[in-house]
Amino acid sequence: MTGRYVLAGTHIGVSVAAFGVASALGLLQALSLADIHFPHRSESLYYTSMTAHGVLMALVFTTFFIMGLGYVLAQENLGRISGQAIAWLAFWLSVVGSVAAATTILRGQSTVLYTFYPPLKAHPLFYIGATLLVIGSWIWGGVMIASYRSWRGDHPGEPIPLPIHGMLATIIIWYLATVGLAIEVLAMLIPWSLGWMKTVDPLLARTYFWWFGHPLVYFWLIPAYVLWYTVLPKVAGGKLFSDSLGRVVFVMFVLLSVPVGFHHQFEDPGISAGWKLAHTVLTYSVVYPSLVTAFTIIASLEVAGRMKGAQGLFNWIGRLPWSDPFFASVALAMIAFIFGGFGGAINAAYAMNAMVHNTAWIQGHFHVTLGTTVAMTFMGATYWLLPRISGRDLRMTGLARIQPYLWFAGMLLFSTSYHIAGLRGLPRRIFSASLTGDYRQWHGLSVVAAVGAVLLFTSALSYVTVVVATWLAGRRIQAPAFEFASSLRPPVASIWDRFDLWTSVAVVLIIAAYAYPIVRLIAHHRYGSPPYQPF
Amino acid sequence: MWAAVGLLVIFVGTIVLTAANDAVHPPSHIETVDPAALADSPEYGNPAVAVRPDGSVVVSVVTQMYSFSPDPIVVPANRPVTFRITSSDVMHGFEVVGTNANAMAIPGYVSQFTVTFKRSGEYIVGCNEYCGILHHNMVGKLIVREESR
Repeated sequence: MTGRYVLAGTHIGVSVAAFGVASALGLLQALSLADIHFPHRSESLYYTSMTAHGVLMALVFTTFFIMGLGYVLAQENLGRISGQAIAWLAFWLSVVGSVAAATTILRGQSTVLYTFYPPLKAHPLFYIGATLLVIGSWIWGGVMIASYRSWRGDHPGEPIPLPIHGMLATIIIWYLATVGLAIEVLAMLIPWSLGWMKTVDPLLARTYFWWFGHPLVYFWLIPAYVLWYTVLPKVAGGKLFSDSLGRVVFVMFVLLSVPVGFHHQFEDPGISAGWKLAHTVLTYSVVYPSLVTAFTIIASLEVAGRMKGAQGLFNWIGRLPWSDPFFASVALAMIAFIFGGFGGAINAAYAMNAMVHNTAWIQGHFHVTLGTTVAMTFMGATYWLLPRISGRDLRMTGLARIQPYLWFAGMLLFSTSYHIAGLRGLPRRIFSASLTGDYRQWHGLSVVAAVGAVLLFTSALSYVTVVVATWLAGRRIQAPAFEFASSLRPPVASIWDRFDLWTSVAVVLIIAAYAYPIVRLIAHHRYGSPPYQPF
Repeated sequence: MWAAVGLLVIFVGTIVLTAANDAVHPPSHIETVDPAALADSPEYGNPAVAVRPDGSVVVSVVTQMYSFSPDPIVVPANRPVTFRITSSDVMHGFEVVGTNANAMAIPGYVSQFTVTFKRSGEYIVGCNEYCGILHHNMVGKLIVREESR
């Protein structure tokens, strides 16, 4: 690996490893749910592997990938990473935390799923390990901001490079979101799991969790959008349609990502309908930047097709590089997001939410969003990053070309089946779709989903194989340069670069959305819950 | 851009209009109850279906690992039925399969919502929040009966 990319490459290596392990566990879950027998199939294996799958995918794979990507973008767009030693400290904190949490999960001491709702209690090291991972990511954010500040000193008055603009938005959202998580874990779950507190209020903990849990999805999604805006048009052979729309989009996410958590709590007691409605309106507002993104990126791809000579209304689509693994992966990710986005709009409407809340529809939904839109963008980006950071040519390119299509096909079967099963009432997170063994109406759909899972696992295995083969045995080449898309009009410094201002507005919105309902809950006479470990 | 704004206005407008006109609201009841003392509670000591003096039907439900009480729950068709659900241990879900009767059961709180079942027959009641190693076995029954007049 070329010297200056060791830091980024190491993060991406951890991320790929977590993804590989989590994919294998995912296959076991889908088979188990479909009542397909395999050696060692058991309730305990199912719920343990579900916890490990969720934590590894949602927290470890994503966080390490985003940190690695951030370092590459800082190196290339700012020409520096300020504080390499601190960055390595953050890396090791994150690794130690992840390993500690994963160990308690695999030992069966923390089968609490990745949402860890109390009063289910995990081993204290599960919460402490997750905290270390988050602290590592906080330090990463600090290193990124310091690098930006140092660049700003040398370039006063210039517009922030768009990839960095998007990463700064990601970091601000992450800081605002993890305040909720920090309150839940540090003030409630860690002292409670150590026995220093007898009880915690499960609803209050859940409210803090979703303060964090929804913006978490934007922490994953915005780095994917950064790649769509700043790399995809270049790989497609065109230009970004509008740089300033990208800036507006990233700022809107800073404003609206956090104050929307109650849409995960529509079916909860203790939060009034009016506040649920307020969060609903904000939730629909945060759909807006995604619709703008769909428009801008598709327009950019049309620009690319036309620059290659396409004339008619639609034949620019055929001119796009569909056999390039990065392009194919990201384009399919975007198609999936059409379904994912509209599914999300359904979830956010509480009359419809009552039909699908905590049914298999939900796992269908987040696999077509996180599991496809984000995961495929990151997988595709790995093919783009790897030769550039390792100075090695991509190995097994045929496999790399097929892999995105395999994932997309697998997910179509997997996600569609669970969406339908959920509409028909199949509860979520269950060992067997026949429940006690007597209910067979969901069996067919769960088998189709299991077939999808086999394709998904095959695709994941292909991805990991290509990465490992390239890393170890790729032909040494002159590393290609990192190139980012230019926009049709040159970027200008504007109010959309004023993150100090937008962060203040975001804080005001969060206080407006959460202060009163939380104070009212705390002021009410409440009963806490002691810990339970029914696993 | 404006098409996107229009689309979102339609989405939100639908929700606000149904909330205002048809009283379509999510559960929003704030009431607490001691999960350790449910056995001594007049309502939850022996949870059951009750008909109040005004004729309304109220079902008090206790969820626990891994069952619902009462089970089966028997309610009349075509009459508003108010469910009041709590948990004696961890979080559970209360979902009447094939309907929009679906709420979280959270220890220390009462989840309250009202639905009307139009079709008589037997429904599956499932727990849809992970609650431990036999979560999938937590299944109950709801029977909706036509009232004899």
